[in-house]
Amino acid sequence: MKRLVFAVFCCWVLSVQAAVEVYSFANSAQEQRYKKLISELRCLVCQNQNLADSNADLAKDLRRQIHEMLLKGADDKQVVAYMVARYGDFVLYRPPFKLSTALLWIGPFLILVFGILILIIFIRRQGHKAVTELSEQEHARARQLLDGNDDSL
Amino acid sequence: MNRYMVPLGIFIILVIFLGIGLSLDPRYVPSPLINKPAPAFTLPQLNDPQTMVSPTDFKGKVWLLNVWASWCTACRQEHPLLMALAGTGEVDILGLNYKDKADDAKPWLRQLGDPYTVIAADTDGRVGIDWGVYGVPETFVIDKQGIIRLKHVGPLTADKLQQNILPLVRKLKSEPE
Repeated sequence: MKRLVFAVFCCWVLSVQAAVEVYSFANSAQEQRYKKLISELRCLVCQNQNLADSNADLAKDLRRQIHEMLLKGADDKQVVAYMVARYGDFVLYRPPFKLSTALLWIGPFLILVFGILILIIFIRRQGHKAVTELSEQEHARARQLLDGNDDSL
Repeated sequence: MNRYMVPLGIFIILVIFLGIGLSLDPRYVPSPLINKPAPAFTLPQLNDPQTMVSPTDFKGKVWLLNVWASWCTACRQEHPLLMALAGTGEVDILGLNYKDKADDAKPWLRQLGDPYTVIAADTDGRVGIDWGVYGVPETFVIDKQGIIRLKHVGPLTADKLQQNILPLVRKLKSEPE
């Protein structure tokens, strides 16, 4: 049984592999660069996938394009610049810091600071709550309750 | 009273932000090509593969580039608008037949009509990449200097055409070369 499961699993893995084009590279360093690039660039069709994971036609074309550029000796910066020139910063999972992306980068920290401020205000308010004094009558009643000889119950 | 105001205020702010988020189109990606020269290409014509077509053929004219394919259902949707626009003769439309087969594209045009001044066959989609195409159909407005002035992703609508594209085309036409 285990063997069968294993065999089925192998077939499945092979069929998944078959969906991805096979590219050859000049050396393994180039292949690593290719893999890194397609994992860091975003597919525009299925927007929450990178180029490596996407099966969209456009992603295939862009992978082909990147592969060709690497074979021709382009460095990583050139490939990224090529993509940004056509599709904008949107293709980058790590967009550069500039005015239009400032909120994206600082936003989480702003929310953190905001949250801490609210927390401080909240804690301070709790501490400053006036301690209410009990009247003589209330003290007597409290003592009665604590001692357990409360007739009203 | 006051203790309800703060959560209520936060709730309203959240609703406003989420409302804006919902009304945005996540498929809209601002194109870096706006106000940049139209990427050059030389492609065979769909109807006459021996003859080449290039954006420079339209130098000195205001023109539209419409990216379409026979496999694209949204192209069918915008097609009547393009036919009507072509009927007025107001502006030239270069059709970029994107990742399509001539044997599919030609019958499609015979059936629905051909609104294009000329059609370039981008069989492997490389010109599409240069133009930053990611969602067919797409429409670009190019001015007399060959600069891209507007890009519309997705099927054209009568509103978009009447309120954005045609006024821009008329304005660009009145500009000197």
